[in-house]
Amino acid sequence: MSFLRVEAVSKRFGGLQALSEVNLSIEAGQIYGLIGPNGAGKTTLFNVITGLYTADGGRFELAGRSYKPTSVHQVALAGIARTFQNIRLFAEMSALDNVRVGCHIRSKVGAWGAVLRSRSFREEEASIIARARSLLAYVGIERYADQRARTLSYGDQRRLEIARALATEPRLLALDEPAAGMNASEKRVLRELIERIRHDGRTVLLIEHDVKLVAHLCDRITVLDYGRCIAEGSPEEVQRDPAVIEAYLGTGHRG
Amino acid sequence: MMQPMRHRWLAFITAGIGLLLLPLFMQELGAGWVRIVALAMLYVLLALGLNIVVGYAGLLDLGFVAFYAVGAYMYALLASPHLAETFAAIAQHFPQGLHTPIWMVIPLGAALAAVFGVLLGIPVLKLRGDYLAIVTLGFGEIIRVFLNNLEHPVNITNGPRGLDRIDPMAVWGVSLGKPLLLGDYRISSVTLYYWLFLALVVLSVVICHRLEHSRVGRAWMAIREDEIAAKAMGIHTRDMKLLAFALGASFGGVAGAMFAAFQGFVSPESFTLMESIMLVAMVVLGGIGHLPGVILGAVMLAALPEVLRYVAGDIQNLTGGRIDAAILRQLLIALAMIGIMLLRPSGLWPSPERRAATPGAARA
Repeated sequence: MSFLRVEAVSKRFGGLQALSEVNLSIEAGQIYGLIGPNGAGKTTLFNVITGLYTADGGRFELAGRSYKPTSVHQVALAGIARTFQNIRLFAEMSALDNVRVGCHIRSKVGAWGAVLRSRSFREEEASIIARARSLLAYVGIERYADQRARTLSYGDQRRLEIARALATEPRLLALDEPAAGMNASEKRVLRELIERIRHDGRTVLLIEHDVKLVAHLCDRITVLDYGRCIAEGSPEEVQRDPAVIEAYLGTGHRG
Repeated sequence: MMQPMRHRWLAFITAGIGLLLLPLFMQELGAGWVRIVALAMLYVLLALGLNIVVGYAGLLDLGFVAFYAVGAYMYALLASPHLAETFAAIAQHFPQGLHTPIWMVIPLGAALAAVFGVLLGIPVLKLRGDYLAIVTLGFGEIIRVFLNNLEHPVNITNGPRGLDRIDPMAVWGVSLGKPLLLGDYRISSVTLYYWLFLALVVLSVVICHRLEHSRVGRAWMAIREDEIAAKAMGIHTRDMKLLAFALGASFGGVAGAMFAAFQGFVSPESFTLMESIMLVAMVVLGGIGHLPGVILGAVMLAALPEVLRYVAGDIQNLTGGRIDAAILRQLLIALAMIGIMLLRPSGLWPSPERRAATPGAARA
């Protein structure tokens, strides 16, 4: 029984077929890798799954129920949270407030409650702050809680994005190249973090270029090339697959 | 922890008493001065409303004066003889003429302006930045053009002649339209209005402050910082933007109703594009998104032209009367605005975060 199932998804931008009939099936509790050369359509698939782009065709199923990724906030409500390849934090807000924004959909007091400072408002705010602080601690950047997001180091910004995504209480966490621009020790910390997230019961979908990281972390991998799914399987299987080798290295090396 | 809290309260109470007593001293100097500060309070109210849209949600609105006009005309129609004189049916139902008490005017003005805010908001949901500015600018002009022309075929707004004989406000039976006599002590009508406006400003500041530090305020700021990321966090950006437009507009509507009562007369001339631009300038010059800054900006830009009125005359005499005082005044305001923006690019009193974010702020 797969947790997220994506069937026959296509997406065209003008003359470019960015995705053609892509299938994806992720089981609950997996760390699932999505790899492929630059321009293979990984981020496009991400954007389609999370509703930023509307697919030209295809079926989507989350936890056995079909969902239509037509509006982004509905997808977040359904339980998919994401990070962005080019970090998109709320730059002028504090790290804590970034995570508090993430708590938005799982809280409900509106403008009236805020203006009247109702009891439910005060209780909810207190729990949001506690939750945001614990999430910052979870990803290991609680000491920067009151700093503006843009002043954080690159690696810490990536971790803050993960904390913000976790604040939406997702069942599926989609990470778009989380290790980009990180050094070796930052990558190690990131790997531990992703493993901890999985251990705590969330499913992870990962786009990553670092093959070593993907091979270590992922249970299953799908390889995209030119918008097509060219291989699917365990890291070992995928690494041996001739189509994958060809896509990455070209045909010339076989002589 | 205790000490700074107590200091803050002490500062608030001192400032409050100072603001309450201010007009009593000023009325000795002349009613004109009290009038300036009373109008400044109205501008603070407007700037606070605009700050919700521009400062918090990051939606540039160059037509904000439209909501001011909506509030003003609403009160003018509901509290002047115009409608009863024009429509026999209304004269029959209200033989005393239309008079609307303040406790109905404030919620009605806020609600009506909020409706107009949503009307403006719906078509501009997908616009940002300069495109948004152009559409909102058009909206402001549309409202003004309507006010100018809605006298045919039925006379609703009385066109460019405007509406006069508007009732003054009355609070708990005390009319603000005439001086209040406490024994021998005479409190002028303008001072009474000042107090009413001050009360509304204090209420608005509390509302704005509470919104800013709430789930709603954070959602607005998230939209301002990065709309796509805000959506991805599950924020319903459409609803949140409309809420910002509606709430911001409601401040404008209340301010408009107060303006109509204060002047006793409204005409489309009071609601020009220039007013909208001045309002944006108040918010930006003061410190966008930061309440103390916005208030300071509004007071400064509202009072500056009036103060310059006194200065400009002297300078005019220096030139032998060759330069027109009104033009000189415009020139001085423009110079002051350029000066402020050059010296303090993030505003006179920016929020601590923004101040640090501005390159070169450390030098200044």
